[in-house]
Amino acid sequence: MRRVVITGAGTVNALAHDVPGTMAAMAEGRSAIGPLAFPDVERLTIRIGAQVRGFDPLAHFEPAKLALYDPFTQYALVSARQAMAQAGLAEFADPTRWGVILGTAGGGNSTVNDAFRAVFAEEKNRVHPFTVPRLMNNAATSHVSMEFGLMGPSFSVATACASSNHAIGLAFQMIRAGMAEGMLAGGSEAMLNFGGLKAWEGLRVMSKDGCRPFSATRNGMVQGEGGAVFVLEDYDHARARGAEILSEIKGFAMSSDASDIVTPSVEGAARAIAGALADARLAPEQVGYINAHGTATAANDRTECAAVRRAFGPAADQLMMSSTKAMHGHCIGGTGAVELIACLMALRAGVIAPTIGYDAPDPDCDLDVVPNTAREVRVESVLSNAFAFGGLNAVLALGRV
Amino acid sequence: MRPVVQDQIINIIAKEAILEPAQVRPEMTLEELGLDSLGLVEMIFAIEEAFDISVPFNANEPSQSEFDISSVGSIVRAVERMILGQSGAEPALA
Repeated sequence: MRRVVITGAGTVNALAHDVPGTMAAMAEGRSAIGPLAFPDVERLTIRIGAQVRGFDPLAHFEPAKLALYDPFTQYALVSARQAMAQAGLAEFADPTRWGVILGTAGGGNSTVNDAFRAVFAEEKNRVHPFTVPRLMNNAATSHVSMEFGLMGPSFSVATACASSNHAIGLAFQMIRAGMAEGMLAGGSEAMLNFGGLKAWEGLRVMSKDGCRPFSATRNGMVQGEGGAVFVLEDYDHARARGAEILSEIKGFAMSSDASDIVTPSVEGAARAIAGALADARLAPEQVGYINAHGTATAANDRTECAAVRRAFGPAADQLMMSSTKAMHGHCIGGTGAVELIACLMALRAGVIAPTIGYDAPDPDCDLDVVPNTAREVRVESVLSNAFAFGGLNAVLALGRV
Repeated sequence: MRPVVQDQIINIIAKEAILEPAQVRPEMTLEELGLDSLGLVEMIFAIEEAFDISVPFNANEPSQSEFDISSVGSIVRAVERMILGQSGAEPALA
């Protein structure tokens, strides 16, 4: 089977609008969570989040094209441009051997919110003519394929909070199986608007005051927005063209809990973790770091720690596991892609991003969660966990090259 | 007021628990009624709609909520207090 490597990375998220800025913020342990600013925020109970700020769409897109781009598409396109620039790919020998797989949960949620506001609140009888092509979940994937002329297998994945990991994992499998020479993969989300947050508020899993993963004082998730896109490439192809290799994707596994629409399962999560280790042919002792799903809900963090213990056995006490969501927020369908940047930082720079906001140990989360301060440790292999509402789990395994 | 509030809440809980209202007694806990976390969140939503109140409840820390869900009777008392505006209620959104 072919080996698959990452040769480019790009991102727009609340911490920064590029990869170096995001890594710097993660290494500093900086949080982008703050008061939300958008129309009708005063009618929400939850008024904090990690919003993308200072992003000027007109600095990136022509006005005529911008009319077709919901923010989730804008974040994906800008991320893809950065990734392609880093990969140094200007053109493809055979563009039918390159495709795009992006994850998103809400798709053009801001566009939906704007259209509903127009017809229901403002009592208008028309919405913008591009409402449908802006809101469809595959809009970001399609625009990325058009911008770079990628003519191979391309589609969007919607598995809630695991969308990006599923997208990256599928792209990895396609290249490994020889179905594609390279793929752009990742995901994006932009649900921080009145309607989007109001829906989340109803579930009563959000925190009013902050994101504190694995801490005994945690009281819920805090939502973020943004995304990240990576260039995945056949190892031999990357070597032949002299590309800089950022890391290797060594394995991927998916599982379904088949049990509950919101409550996570130790067994399902542990199967995905163990599956990724097996697919990557890694022994538990070889993994130095896990980027946790770590949503800071009571249920996820407890379940995730138990799942890691079940899959790793005694080796669980040797590894570091942090949740970066206290910094960039929970970017839902884009979160696995943003979090892969922490994995690249661990493998490339030997810097382990911390779990910030940690203020009290929880006996149910008794792993080394790298509390509050980044750590310099050389690691050879890492995992990235994503566990979605609906019990759909996706875990990636990466290694140094 | 009390019997009306209690009857309404028992009707709401019975519907969520798929029981007859006569089977729901004030001393029963939500566990005894077989209500899971989703059923609980739906029950609170139905109570908010029925009484036009906003219940402060975070599923991550149910025991720390000002809204006492330890039994059917405690829920009835909490709702009564909120209707009277004595404690715990956030202003209902029009």
